[in-house]
Amino acid sequence: MSPHEAAAAAAPAADFWSQLFVFVLASFIGLGVIRRVSRLLHTPLMSITNAISAIAVVGSIIVAGSDFPREIRIMGAVALFASMTNIVSGFLITDRMLKMFKNPGKSGTPGAPGEGGHA
Amino acid sequence: MMQGLVQLAYIFATALFIFALHWMNTPQTARRGVYAGVAGMLVAVLVTWVQPEVIHHWWIVVPIIAGFVVGIPLAMVPLTAVPQRTALSHAFGGLAAGLVGTAKYYLWFSEGPENLTTFRMVAIILEILLGFLTFTGSLMAAGKLQEVKWIPQRAVTYPFQNLSNLGLFAIATVLGIALVLNPTAEWAPHLFPVIIALSLLFGVLLIIPIGGADMPTVIAILNSYAGLAAVAMGFVLDNKLLITAGALDGSSGLILAIIMCKAMNRSFTNVLFGAFGQVQQAKAGAEEKVYKSETIEGAAQVMEQSSLVVIIPGYGMAVAQAQHKVRELYDQLKKRGITVKFAIHPVAGRMPGHMNVLLAEADIPYTDLVEMDEINPDMPQCDVALVVGANDVVNPAARTDKTSPIYGMPIIDADKARTVFAIKRSKNPGFAGIDNELYFSDKTWMLFGDAKNVIGELVKQLSGGSGMH
Repeated sequence: MSPHEAAAAAAPAADFWSQLFVFVLASFIGLGVIRRVSRLLHTPLMSITNAISAIAVVGSIIVAGSDFPREIRIMGAVALFASMTNIVSGFLITDRMLKMFKNPGKSGTPGAPGEGGHA
Repeated sequence: MMQGLVQLAYIFATALFIFALHWMNTPQTARRGVYAGVAGMLVAVLVTWVQPEVIHHWWIVVPIIAGFVVGIPLAMVPLTAVPQRTALSHAFGGLAAGLVGTAKYYLWFSEGPENLTTFRMVAIILEILLGFLTFTGSLMAAGKLQEVKWIPQRAVTYPFQNLSNLGLFAIATVLGIALVLNPTAEWAPHLFPVIIALSLLFGVLLIIPIGGADMPTVIAILNSYAGLAAVAMGFVLDNKLLITAGALDGSSGLILAIIMCKAMNRSFTNVLFGAFGQVQQAKAGAEEKVYKSETIEGAAQVMEQSSLVVIIPGYGMAVAQAQHKVRELYDQLKKRGITVKFAIHPVAGRMPGHMNVLLAEADIPYTDLVEMDEINPDMPQCDVALVVGANDVVNPAARTDKTSPIYGMPIIDADKARTVFAIKRSKNPGFAGIDNELYFSDKTWMLFGDAKNVIGELVKQLSGGSGMH
């Protein structure tokens, strides 16, 4: 096992609370930011959060690439493949959809009223 | 030192992710959000890859290439298939979380049992439960959306369904607790696969009783689960980047699910355990009602005379591939100085925001896509409401008929317009299987036929100028 893991095991109680702290704060940030996302863009929003939550790639790289038993690494490699698929398809399709949202009015008022931002 | 740099890079990636979501608040900045997200992901991947314990580089290169090979075609699907693709990617996300949790457990069991603290075990159990449940649940949802033959579209119910699910859940909980308390017992590694199997089964059983009409909510809930599975992975690996990114995804799914529930006037529990789509059939056909139909020429004439036309699209429009014809109709009407708006119900498509994307693809400017709450006050001034492939979202029974399964659901007030034209392929009820009294109202005229053909004919009529042939 690696030195970081030993360090992590040494102070489990402290880790638990700081992790929980991060989780709660991040959830509040998430709720605040997502609430302001234009309703027009909820489908692209879901595909971009898909891609972002494929951050599981980080864990998969460690499991697949470290000097662990073969069976463990196979699980890591499959997880890495699954996460990578989400990253690639998630970002690509988000961009593809967003390209379709045309700013309408060269003739009309720029940044026309209504659905855009509420910020 | 190295650890410090890694953490710094992770904080940077986190900030980029938050900006990515922040920029999604308007279509003008949204693409910038994608670039921020890609940059954050790149930083996270590279920094993790160069960690000294990562030594088997081929084991990383090959899955990444495979990810590109599968991911690129998945990003090219037609926009009508985006809900399935999204469900599929929730499945992948769940699978990744479940596998990493499993790998970590067996690794620590054999190489460092002191790592299996109670807290870690709770996180691992949650990770595999959420991960594998999301995996099969999302596959089921994707199958239902793709209309795969062997997965029933309608809600499937059987006696004692909720009770047996609850029982199964209780068994899983008891086994989970046993494992948390004795993570290093001799029997523990054999109990672990049982919990995995239960989670996989659970995902299937959770989605089976949910009908097609509820899929937008279900996708959002599964989105949330996939995010929470990543959070649990972050707890297991003590990685705050995972916790943050997972929490962002989890809260996004939660908000979207709440919006969907509100749009259908349902509660979470009702969506998940209510077995929608069972009650209705009974009432239909109690009395013979008569549709009035109108000719294309007549409809075109009425439209030409109007000053405000509101088009109310539903998923049927997308099924008929009528978006581009709708765009031509929009152009024809605009040319005559008629104001044309699209009234978008939150559940008009098959996932949150789906209808906006489908119309944007047809080059309809997003400023003419109006939310239900904003368009409803204008409906009494509307000369023509054109209903294209929508059904339940304009059904006045939601306001009046307490026995209707959609009673209380907010609807687009098409019935308040002066004239309603409804295009309908056949006389069958809609996705949710409910009869619609709007179609029998005095001011409603039906245009029967395929939406694409009917609108095409309307366009032809309008572009032919005033001359009737």
